[in-house]
Amino acid sequence: MIEVKDIAVTFNAGTPMETRAMRGIDLAIPEGDFVTVIGSNGAGKSTFLNALAGELRPDSGHIIIEDTDVTAWPTAKRAGLVARVFQDPLGGSCASLSIEENLALANVRGKRRGLGAAVDGDIRSTFREHVSRLNLGLENRLGDRMDLLSGGQRQAVSLLMAALQPMKILLLDEHTAALDPKTAAFVLELTREIVEERGLTTLMVTHSMRQALDIGNRTVMLHEGRVVLDVKGDERKGLEVEDLLHMFEKVRGTEIDDDALLLS
Amino acid sequence: MSQIALLGAIEVGLLFALVALGVYLSFRILQFPDLTVDGSFPLGAAVCASMIVVGYDAYLATICAAFAGAMAGIVTAWLNVRLKILHLLASILTMIALYSVNLRIMGRPNVALLGEETVFSPLEALDETYGIPMFWALPIALMVLVIIIKLALDWFLNSEIGLAMRATGENPRMARAQGIHTDRYILGGMALSNALVAVAGALFAQSQGAADVTLGVGVIVVGLAAVIGGEAVMNTRTVFRATLACIVGSIIYRLAVAGALNSDAIGLKAQDLNLITAVLVTLAMVLPGVRNPFRKKGRAT
Repeated sequence: MIEVKDIAVTFNAGTPMETRAMRGIDLAIPEGDFVTVIGSNGAGKSTFLNALAGELRPDSGHIIIEDTDVTAWPTAKRAGLVARVFQDPLGGSCASLSIEENLALANVRGKRRGLGAAVDGDIRSTFREHVSRLNLGLENRLGDRMDLLSGGQRQAVSLLMAALQPMKILLLDEHTAALDPKTAAFVLELTREIVEERGLTTLMVTHSMRQALDIGNRTVMLHEGRVVLDVKGDERKGLEVEDLLHMFEKVRGTEIDDDALLLS
Repeated sequence: MSQIALLGAIEVGLLFALVALGVYLSFRILQFPDLTVDGSFPLGAAVCASMIVVGYDAYLATICAAFAGAMAGIVTAWLNVRLKILHLLASILTMIALYSVNLRIMGRPNVALLGEETVFSPLEALDETYGIPMFWALPIALMVLVIIIKLALDWFLNSEIGLAMRATGENPRMARAQGIHTDRYILGGMALSNALVAVAGALFAQSQGAADVTLGVGVIVVGLAAVIGGEAVMNTRTVFRATLACIVGSIIYRLAVAGALNSDAIGLKAQDLNLITAVLVTLAMVLPGVRNPFRKKGRAT
């Protein structure tokens, strides 16, 4: 159970540049929920995700993971509880390290690191098994540098990396946004498989309303730093992008003028 | 070039290979441009020489030099990660401060070690018993030492902790998401880097018979010359090759300098050393295909 209690973040407080990125977000995510988060630019999606990951400390409010208040924990301390896949395919791995070295880094996420060899024969065969499920032929390229892979291959490996160790929540930060449609569909399908197979509690930020409804069991919409919509179960079933737009307009009382939200 | 001059160049090249390994750790692994080196090299020399002249064991003195160097590295890293001072500036501050510290440690601008027992003294016995002259024994002993340190460094960088350190330099955001406390790894890596440099300083003082407060001038450039030169002549895809390239680069650099100085035709003299260094580093940097911290070509960040 992840509980977000009334968190607020203001950037550049007290200056003309003041931005209230989050104005009191409350959200409870029970174990096993797969929540998709949508919202227009500046709605606070990224800030929300960064606050959950620990990159950013909220000005007020609490983040509680399994009864532990982690609000003040920096990212590295939180890593045992939170796994993350970044939007930028280059962001989630080390370009000059090999595929197996990147996997080895993630294989001890949030654990104590020692002076033993990071990659040995045993762990290599485990990695080979994990990677072969991608059907990308990467199992024979474990020693290749990460920057030899395409964006889609990297995001696929990043997903595997995130899932190597148990976690309380998986954060997906528009992880298909930088990919071409075909690759994005592949990565999304892989996401669905991994999440279902492990029963992971997941929070996925996306720009696409279609994607937000197609995957997961619950959809949350943020607007101006607040949760304006939270649909799940029967209410969510059969919901179309059009409906979502109408619901959003009703809640906000304004017409949506963000093209990105409509077109994607 | 005479045999003695050649072996002398290799000897100094091997000593500076330790500097190159330290510079490789800071510049390449942590991507932390660290000029502390210009202060931690003479710091190692000063600590070691001062301890030897008051009667301490030379090995203990060398180990203490390593610790002193580690402290210098920690100061620079702390200025950067805690006080948020730009890495380059943080290292310059430490370097400048160390000039005074080194004068304080020695109590005077230089300390002579002539006639003192050093870590190299046992090698003199080889000359008496086996007829191996010092100018052969010293480079061989240093070669063994440098290779041992290189292999230890390879093992470290391929361990879980070493891999985390490499991730810290390469992609700190990703590293933190994997539970790596990047600040701690920067502190540790900088300590290790400057400890290596200080050991080089301590060994340099012992082999040359004196520590001098001005020993550090340009050490960083020499270290960089070795790292970049090594990368220019061989591929550095694995850690094993990259550290080997540091050693090879350092020796090549010394041979190039010795060659330039010993060739009467060019007319260069010892005072031209730093000029030659600058020219060699520039040449190494503009050679096509060379990867270096100041010219990143087409490399995504």
